This record gives sequence, structure tokens and C-alpha cells, in this order.
Amino acid sequence: MSPLARWARLVYEFSGMRSSESLVSGWGRQFVPGVELRPEDLHRAPRAPLFRGLGRSYGDSSLPPSSQPLVVSTVRADRILAFDEVTGMLRAEAGLSLKALNRTFLPKGFFVPVTPGTQFVTLGGMVAADVHGKNHHVDGCFGSHVRRLSIEVADGRIVECGPDLERELFLATVGGMGLTGHILEVEFPLSRIPTPWIYQESERVPDVDTYVRKLKEAAHEWPMTVGWIDCLSRGSSLGRGILLKGRWARGDEAPANFPTEWPDVRVPFTMPEAVLGRLSVQAFNFGLYWSHFAKQKSGIVDPFRYFYPLDFIKDWNLGYGRRGLTQYQCVLPDAAGPDAARRFLELLTSRGGASFLCVIKDCGPQSAALLSFPMPGISIALDIAVRDDTQQLIDALNEFVIAEGGRIYLAKDAFTRREHFERMEPRLAEFQRVRRVWDPTLRFKSRQSIRLFGDAP
Amino acid sequence: MKAVVLGATRGMGRALARKLAERGDSVAVLGRDSAELERSGADLRARGAPGIRVATIACDLEKPDGFKAALDAAEDALLGLDTVIVTAGLFATQEALEADPALLARVLTVDFSNTVLFCEEARKKLLGRGGGTLCVFSSVAGDRGRKPVVLYGAAKAGLSRYLEGLDHRYRGQGLKTVCVKPGFVRTGMTEGLKAPPFAGEPEAVADQVLTAIDLGLPEVYAPAMWGLVMGVIKGLPRFVMRRVGF
Ligand SMILES: Cc1cc2nc3c(=O)[nH]c(=O)nc-3n(C[C@H](O)[C@H](O)[C@H](O)COP(=O)(O)OP(=O)(O)OC[C@H]3O[C@@H](n4cnc5c(N)ncnc54)[C@H](O)[C@@H]3O)c2cc1C
Repeated sequence: MSPLARWARLVYEFSGMRSSESLVSGWGRQFVPGVELRPEDLHRAPRAPLFRGLGRSYGDSSLPPSSQPLVVSTVRADRILAFDEVTGMLRAEAGLSLKALNRTFLPKGFFVPVTPGTQFVTLGGMVAADVHGKNHHVDGCFGSHVRRLSIEVADGRIVECGPDLERELFLATVGGMGLTGHILEVEFPLSRIPTPWIYQESERVPDVDTYVRKLKEAAHEWPMTVGWIDCLSRGSSLGRGILLKGRWARGDEAPANFPTEWPDVRVPFTMPEAVLGRLSVQAFNFGLYWSHFAKQKSGIVDPFRYFYPLDFIKDWNLGYGRRGLTQYQCVLPDAAGPDAARRFLELLTSRGGASFLCVIKDCGPQSAALLSFPMPGISIALDIAVRDDTQQLIDALNEFVIAEGGRIYLAKDAFTRREHFERMEPRLAEFQRVRRVWDPTLRFKSRQSIRLFGDAP
Repeated sequence: MKAVVLGATRGMGRALARKLAERGDSVAVLGRDSAELERSGADLRARGAPGIRVATIACDLEKPDGFKAALDAAEDALLGLDTVIVTAGLFATQEALEADPALLARVLTVDFSNTVLFCEEARKKLLGRGGGTLCVFSSVAGDRGRKPVVLYGAAKAGLSRYLEGLDHRYRGQGLKTVCVKPGFVRTGMTEGLKAPPFAGEPEAVADQVLTAIDLGLPEVYAPAMWGLVMGVIKGLPRFVMRRVGF
């Protein structure tokens, strides 16, 4: 046994006795017993039911089952293995973070084809959740750009796959939340960008119906759209918000210098629950709305503020108090009609669900990846502080989403019931079939797969 | 700078080599596993500033015969050499070393004798070129005879003394010696061990070490807090050290 494996064993064995010390959690900070190991060499990592990256999924996707409380984090396996300056093709170990990637490649004029709203994610996590960004309506999900994955499958073999190689395994792994195997390496092309700056236009929108209409219109002209909604305002201004449209700035309009990142700001400790209570949420949203004083604004913004506004406060999840938070993100299909967002908000407000942030994005075509989240329509994301009634709130929202033909995003979920998930996910059976081909005993699993896929605990 | 890093494929060596390459220094990566060397070489080329040289050269701390050739090859590949950094080494717990004499022999040999032999080759090479910097990772474990690190600490104690002497003897001739004493740093090497207070991250340690190299500081504790901690431990009387567990 290698020394690493020996220590892993030691820690693993001790973890039962010291369970109060060894806790792991997702971004939502609901802790469960478990040990996280961070080896540098993933090929020699101890045998674990699950890999994880930076733990930025909110719920239990990255948490190991209670019967085998060991999860391997890839963050120390972060080497760039190949980069072609001409084609932009990049191959790297799965633990490479988007933060490191941007630091290296933005100055060289390259950017990831798809980025989520935080830089603190790994390539492995971006593949496993098949992340989407503000450009989904034009560029699809991250997985649609991946050329090759190297995966350690259940029998210990390392398999190369891609859209044209072991396609089934590939399509199950992209968006498959770590359940088909351990992703070791990822290969995909970076996109060339004209400058590292963004040209942005923003617009104050009086209500949610107008917001959705303008969001869909903007999709024809803008490669990147996103927006924020105040879901506490009522009546005719229900869902008033700000719509942001952007594209990479051209050389003649951007500053000549390279944008600097802000220094990290940290939340020093877990905040009392009241900090993000209803009143402060109301004040925040009111302030945000009216700080956009002019109806329309335009200008050059730096990419960090544009793509990763929340990253400036390092541990902002501590702001949600001891019980943590959950994010509810669903997609409502176009078929649900242009007023679906309003009906969703009406349901939310009638249930007293306060959300600090409510982000509505446009979704383009569905990917071929078996469990990829987006489908043509709009995605709504809410950050919700966990309270006694959170389960009931999520249940009600899920009933609505099922009735409208939508679905939820696994990377955010912690509360959905299995029967709800099965009703919103007709692709589940096919995913499970492929999964069993590669992993007949379902060796790979997470707390989430036990909760939603019916895996043995 | 034109630097050799023995041990750059992992942990603190990896972090340090990246910082060097990113700021524009040429780096020769020395290590024993050729596949690992290739991967780390590619990583440094992709991350490094434009125009730097990156070389990968096989060198095994368990095979002293290859030391001179590896340093010669590095000098050739980088078109010169002014800095030699050694982060490689073996670690095992006191219990493992007490139980396994073969492992003990390996650890003592690699962490003391062979590291010194490598440094001697580096010393000759750098002095022959008119001077430079030799930066070697020892450990706080060598500062005091302590229960959990008797054997590993003994090898590191010897290494630290050697480096101190080297600095006194040759600084006047232009060879600066930097002895790095890492406390507990979270790397693959310490993975799974329970981290004590003031545990460091490899990137932060690399920043500190880089500053020490640039300024030619003879000794650096990393994280710096360990300097204070060891200061206290060094001052404790024996009857206390016999009782406490650290
Ligand atoms: C502030 C914030 C903003 C966000 N914005 C967006 C957004 O705009 N769009 C979006 O799509 N998502 C968004 N997310 C979600 C985030 O992008 C995903 O949860 C992503 O998966 C996190 O990556 P990670 O490296 O932290 O993975 P983790 O959270 O550690 O893991 C996520 C899943 O991937 C699996 N996994 C990770 N690495 C591997 C591997 N090497 N092999 C196999 N399985 C693996 C895990 O098992 C788990 O199921 C956001 C999250 C936050 C906190």
C-alpha cells in the first residue's frame, strides 16, 4: 500500500470515532459526516464512491454516502497537460480551477466557451454538472464543447471518451454528476476573444412579463444575456428587474490595459439568521433596482465583475446563517407560455419565499447529454435560506414545474423528492441503463443519487 | 533566473516552479518519474511567461550517480544556471519508521546523505559559474528532538546544520544558501494527516520562499508563524519535552 493509501485508511477508520470533526458539505453548508481527501495523483487515489471538485454545487451532489463517507477532491490534480496556441485546444487534469485557467489564458486572449457564475469550480465539476452560462442560447452547455474525457470507470480501467468515441459513456458522464466514474482529464477548445473586456447594456424593466419578453428578444442580437428580478415586489411591479446584455468588447472600444481582479473580501464568520432575513432582502433588492437610476445604461465592464459578481465576497454563503442555504433552479419550457415566469413568482410570493437573488436566464436547445439541465425556455434560480418550511416550499415549486413540463438543476438541489424527480426526468431510465453498463453494481454514488435515483444507501 | 527544481512535480515544488515560470524565470524540472515530468513540464510551459525555457530531466534522489549529469543537462537546457532548489524528500511517520528498518534506511539516506550529495554537486556547479542560490527544503522537525518525529527529524536536523555551515563558508564567494523549514503544509505528502493550527497552503509557502530566494535570506520558516512556534519549543526544558506529545 502506498503511504497515501495508508493515511487514507487511517483517516477513514478514525472518521467514525471523530465524526463531529470530519464533516463535508456543498456550497449550501448542510454538513454531513465524511472525509475529503485531496491527492495530487488521481490515478493512485484511494477507492472512493465519489469524486468532487471545489464543492460549489449547493446541495448533496458532491457528498459521499453515509455507508462510505469518503470523497476524493480533485483540486490538487490541476496540471495543464497540453495547449495549442493555434486551435486553442486545451487538455488538463480534472481539478484545474476556472480561476487558474482564467489567470493563465485571459491575458493570452483565450476564454472558456462556457462559464458558470463563479470561478471557483473545477473542470471536472463543469463537466459533471454540464454547466451553462449567459450564452446558453447560442453556445449551449460546457459539455457540448468537450472533445475528450479520460474517466476511471468502475472496473478500474481508464477509458477515453468523447462525442465520437465511447459516445454513450460520454453522454452519460456529461451532466452525470459523477455517477458514471471519476473524471481524470478534460480536453476542450478555448475560444479566442478580441479583448478581455465586455461591452454591456443594461436596462431597468418594470415587471416580469416585460422582462421575459425582452430577454427573448435580446437573444437574437446578443451572445450573452442574463438578468435579475426582485421577487418581493408585488402587484403590477411583480418581478421588476434589470436585464443585462453583453458581448466581448472590440479592440477599438476597450481599454488598452488588462483588467485587474478585486482583492478578496471575506465574510469573517457565520452570520446570524436575521442578516439575510426578509427586510434586508427587500432593502437590497430595492436598492439594486433604484441604483440603476437611468432606464438604460451601457459601457465597458471588466470580465470578473461581469461573469463572477459574487466571487468578490469569498464566503458569502456564511451570510445565510447556521442552517445554510439552498438554491432552487428550474427551467420552464417555452411551451409553458410567456406568462409562466409570472405564475411561478406568484406562487413563490404567495408562499412567502424570500430570495436574496432571483436570476432569470434564457435557455437554448437541449443537449444530447443524458441528464443535461437546460431545455428551450427560461431558467429561474432562487437562493433560499433554509428554514423549517423549506421542504414544503420546494415541494410546491416542484409540483408547479412538473405541471409546466420543466425540470430542476441537480447541481443546485438538496430537497427534491424522488417521486417528483422521476416525473420531471423522462431521460432517467436511459441514463440508468448506460450507467449500469459501465457500473453494474452502482459502485459510484452520492447522497443525491441515493435521494433521487434510488441508489442503495 | 535560471532555476533547477528537484521535486517540482509535486506539492511545494510544483507551486514554486509555477511561480517562477509565471514571473518569467526559466525552469528545469528534475524528478524520477518520466511521465510525471512530462505532465509537469507541459503545465509549466502553458502557464509560464512567454519566452522562458522549460526543461524536464530525469533525476532520482535515490541514485546519486546521476546527480552531476542531471545538473549538467539542466545547465545546457537553460543556457546557464544560477539557482538550485530542492523540495524533494521522503516522509514517513515515526511509527512506520520504527516498524520498518528498510524504510528507515531509505528515509535517512534520501533526506540526509543523498540530499547533501546533490547539494555538493550543485555547490560546485554554482561556484564554478561565479555563484548563485541554493535553496533546500529541510523541516521544522529538525529543530528539536520531538516524540512524533525522532527519526525523520534527525535526518532533517543534519540537513539543516549542513545548509547552515554551507552558507557560512561560501556566502563570501557568492553562493547563498537558503534553508526552508516548512511547518505543516497541506500537500499530497501530508494528505490524510490531521492538520495542526497554522497549517499552510503550498502557494503561500511558495510566495514566501521566492521572497527568501530573491533576498538571499539564509533561513525561512513557512508559514512564518512556525518560526515563533519553534522558537518557543526550542526554549522548552528537557523535562517538559519528555512530557508533552509534540
Ligand atoms: C456562486 C455560484 C454560481 C454558479 N453559477 C452557475 C451557473 O451560472 N451555471 C451553472 O451551470 N452552474 C452554476 N453554479 C453551479 C456550479 O457551476 C456547479 O455546481 C459545478 O458543478 C461546481 O463545480 P465544482 O468543481 O465545485 O464541483 P463539485 O460541486 O465539487 O461537484 C459537482 C458534481 O460534479 C461531480 N464531480 C466533480 N468533479 C468530478 C470528477 N473529477 N469526476 C467525476 N465527478 C466529478 C461531483 O461528484 C458532483 O456530483 C454556480 C455555483 C455557485 C456557487
